[in-house]
Amino acid sequence: MNDISTSGLIAADRKVDVDAIDAGIKILVENLDFFYSGKQALFDINMAFPEKRVTAMIGPSGCGKSTFLRVINRMFDLYPGQKATGRVVMDNQNIVEPQVRAAVVRSRIGMVFQKPTPFPMSIHDNIAYGIKLNERVSRAEINERIEWALTKAALWGEVKDRLHTSAIGLSGGQQQRLCIARTIAVKPEVVLLDEPTSALDPISTAKIEELINELRSEFTIIIVTHNMQQAARVSDKAAFFLLGRLVEFDQTARIFTNPREKSTQDYITGRFG
Amino acid sequence: MSQRLPLRLARDATFRAVATLSAVVALLLLAWILWTLVSRGASSLSTALLVTDTLPPGRGGGLRNAIIGSLIQVGMAVIIATPIGVLAGIFLAELGDRSLLGRVVRFINDVLLSAPSILIGLFVYQILVRPFGGFSGIAGAIALGIIILPVVVRATEDMLRLVPSALREAAFALGAPHWHVVANVTLRGARAGIVTGILLAIARAAGETAPLLFTSLGSLNWSVNLTKPMSSLPVTIYQYAGSPFDEWVGIAWAGALLITLGVLFLNIVSRLLLTLGRGK
Amino acid sequence: MSDVAVGNLSSAPASRHRGFARGEQASDIIFRGVLYAAGILVLTLLGLIIILLFQGGLPVLYAFGIDFFTSSAWNPVTEKYGAVVAVYGTIITAVIAVVVAVPAAFGISFFLTEVAPPVLRRSIGTAIQLLAAIPSIIFGMWGFFIVVPLMAAYVQPALASTLGVVPVIGTLFSGAPIGTGILTAGLIMALMILPFITALFVEVLESVPPMFKEAAYGVGATTSEVFTAVSIPYGRTAIVGAVMLGLGRALGETMAVTFVIGNANRISASLFSPGASIASTIANEFPEAAPGSLKLFALLELGFLLFVLSFIVLAVARVLVRSRLET
Repeated sequence: MNDISTSGLIAADRKVDVDAIDAGIKILVENLDFFYSGKQALFDINMAFPEKRVTAMIGPSGCGKSTFLRVINRMFDLYPGQKATGRVVMDNQNIVEPQVRAAVVRSRIGMVFQKPTPFPMSIHDNIAYGIKLNERVSRAEINERIEWALTKAALWGEVKDRLHTSAIGLSGGQQQRLCIARTIAVKPEVVLLDEPTSALDPISTAKIEELINELRSEFTIIIVTHNMQQAARVSDKAAFFLLGRLVEFDQTARIFTNPREKSTQDYITGRFG
Repeated sequence: MSQRLPLRLARDATFRAVATLSAVVALLLLAWILWTLVSRGASSLSTALLVTDTLPPGRGGGLRNAIIGSLIQVGMAVIIATPIGVLAGIFLAELGDRSLLGRVVRFINDVLLSAPSILIGLFVYQILVRPFGGFSGIAGAIALGIIILPVVVRATEDMLRLVPSALREAAFALGAPHWHVVANVTLRGARAGIVTGILLAIARAAGETAPLLFTSLGSLNWSVNLTKPMSSLPVTIYQYAGSPFDEWVGIAWAGALLITLGVLFLNIVSRLLLTLGRGK
Repeated sequence: MSDVAVGNLSSAPASRHRGFARGEQASDIIFRGVLYAAGILVLTLLGLIIILLFQGGLPVLYAFGIDFFTSSAWNPVTEKYGAVVAVYGTIITAVIAVVVAVPAAFGISFFLTEVAPPVLRRSIGTAIQLLAAIPSIIFGMWGFFIVVPLMAAYVQPALASTLGVVPVIGTLFSGAPIGTGILTAGLIMALMILPFITALFVEVLESVPPMFKEAAYGVGATTSEVFTAVSIPYGRTAIVGAVMLGLGRALGETMAVTFVIGNANRISASLFSPGASIASTIANEFPEAAPGSLKLFALLELGFLLFVLSFIVLAVARVLVRSRLET
C-alpha cells in the first residue's frame, strides 16, 4: 500500500501520481437495487470503493447518490418501506443483509450530514457520546480521544477552553467540524460525507476540504457533492450517477478530463443538473 | 371606482369592529370571573385557612386537609401517569407509523383526551371502588392519572416529532441503538415541551371535581390514608358552595381563588417554559 | 465496472477486525417491547372503560329493556327510570353552547389573526387561553352566584319581552325568569368552550397558505372578504372538526352545568325552565344511589349513553381535524 502524504500537495498534481488501483478494496458493491414505497431508486449498482482513498459521488439532484450513501450505512433501515437487495460487502460480510446489526455497521461506517447536527449538549459530551456507545473506556482515555478528534478536525484550538459549553453556540462551520470530530472519534474505517459543505460559507468549506485531505491517510472516505470543483479538488476516484444508475466510475482526473460517457461530459461541463 | 366599494369598505369596518368587540368581551368576562374570585375569596383567605382542617358549620375551620388531599392525589396521579404517558408517546412517535396498532392507539388517545371526565370517575368507581370495598384516595389518584395520561401522550408525541430527523439520524449514524438515540438525543431535545405538557396536565387535573366524586369521595376529616376516602380542594369547594352556610360559602370562594391562582400560575409558567425552550 | 481485482477483497487489511454482530441488540428488543406495552396499555384502558360502562348499566336494561331510552320517568320511589330527560338536556345545552360560541370564536380568531396589532396578538391570545384553564367548578360557582341572579333579574325578562313575543320561537323564551335552567347552562358552557374552539380556529386559519390570501387581496378583496371567501373555505373541514370537538366537550361538561341547570327531571318547551343533563344527573343523584340499587345501574347506563354520544362526536371531529392539519 502506498502511504500517501497529501498535505501541501495540490490535488490536481497528486492525482497524476497516485494510482488508486494500488489500494485495496474497502467496500464492494454488487448488483445493488434499492426501493422505497414500491419505487425503485437505485438500479443494479456495481462498484468498489478503494481503501484509504476519497471517492466522490456526483450527479444531478435526485440521481440517487445520497440514497446510495444511506444504503451503505443502513440509514434506510430507519424508515419502513425501504428495502435494499444485492450485496454491499465489507470484510467478507454483506452488510445490507437485515440480520447484520445496523448499529455495528454504522459504528464502522460513520456519516456526516448536509447540515451540521450537533446534539443539544456540550461540545465535550457531543464527542464523548459516540465513544461511550462503542467502547468501554476510562474518563482519561475519553478526554484524550476528544482532544485527538478535535485536533484532527482542526477545531481543538478554537474550542479547547469551552469544551463544556453547549455545542449549539458554535458557528455553522465549527458545528460541521465538530460533527466530523464526533464521527471520527468513534474510529470508523469508512467516513461518509453527504454534501458536507453545502450549508457552509466558502471559508468554512475550504477548511472542511483541507480536513478531508488530512483524513484520507486514515479513513476510507466517500463524499457526495454537488460542487464539481470540490469533487475535482478532494477525490481520487469519482462516480457519476444519473437516474438511479451508475453511469461512470473512474479516476477523478479521467472523469473530469476525458470521460467515456457523453452524459458525464454533459453534466461536468454544466449542460444539465 | 366601483359603486359598491364604499359599501364593501363599510362592511369590512363593521366586521373588524364586531371581531374586536368579541375579543374585548371575552377578556372582560375573564376579568369578571377573576374579580369575582378575588372580591369574594380574598376576605376568607388567611393563614388559618391553610393550617386548619375543615370543621362543622359555625366553628370556622380551613382547608388544610383538602389542600393536602389534592396535593397527594394529583402528585400520585402524575407519578402513575407520566412514565406510562411518556412511553406511549415515544411509542407513537417512534413506532406509531409502522403498524395498525400505532394508528389505533393515536386515535384512542385523542378520544381519551376529550372524553368527559365524569366517565373516568365512573369507570374507576366500577373497576376499583366497587370491587375493593369503598372510596379511597388511591382511586382518586388513579382517576386523575387517567385524565393526565392522554395529555402526556399527546405532548410527548408532538414534541418528539418536532425534533429534527437529522438529529436522530446523526445519533444512529454513530452506531447508537434505538433506545439510546431516544433516551439521550430526541428526548433531550423534546424535554422542555414534554415538561410543559405535564404541567398543563397537572393544572387540568388539579381543578377536576367530577371524577373525584366517585372515587376519593371527599372527607371532612384529616386523612392521608390512601385506602380511605380523601378530601380534595375541588370536592370541598363543591360541597361548601352548595351549602346553606355563609361561612362555608366564604371558604368555598377562598378555595376557588386558591385553586384558580394555582392553575393559572401553572399555565403561565408552562407557557414561559415553552417559549424559553424554543428560543434556545 | 470496477477496475479493481476482486481477489484483493480477502486480503484487504482491515485496520481492526471488529466483525459484524448479527441480530438485534437485546436492549433494543426490550425497548421496543416496553413501548408496545405502553401503547397496548392505553388501548386496553379505553377498551376497559367501554366494557365496564356498558356492563355497569346492563341490569337496568334487563329491568326496563328499550323503554329506558324512551321513558322520561325518574322516580326513585317507584323505581322507574328513563333516559329521555337527561339526553334532551345534554343535547340542547350543548347545542346552545355551540350556537353561541362559534360566531364569537370566528370573531375572536379573525381579530387575533387579522386585526390585532402583532404586539398584542400573543398576549391577548394567551389571556383568552387562560379562560380555558379555569376549572369547571369555578365557572359553576361564578355562574350560580353571579350569572343566575342577573339572568333572572335582567336577561330573561328582556328576552321574554322581545323574542318571547315572536310567534313559534316565542315559547322557547317564555316562562318564569328563575335564573337557573337550560339557557343559563348553555351560555356558561359557551364561555367554557369558546377559548378552546378559538384556539383551534386560529391554528387552522394560520395554516392557510399566504399565496391564496394574497391572490384574493390582489383582486381587491377587503380583509373580511378574504377571511370569509378564502380562509374559512380553505379550512372548512378542520373548522367543522373544531366545532365538533367543542360540542364533544360541552356534552360531557359536568360541574358548571350541575350548578346552574336547576336539576329538575322534566322537559319543557321553554329554555328558561330548569332541566338536567346526563352528567348533572349522575353527579347529583350518585350520592343517593345505594350500591346495587337499580338507580345506580340507571346512572351507569346514562354514563354509557354519554360515552357513546361523545365518542361519536369526538371520533368524527378527530377525523376532520387531523385530516387537514396533518397534510
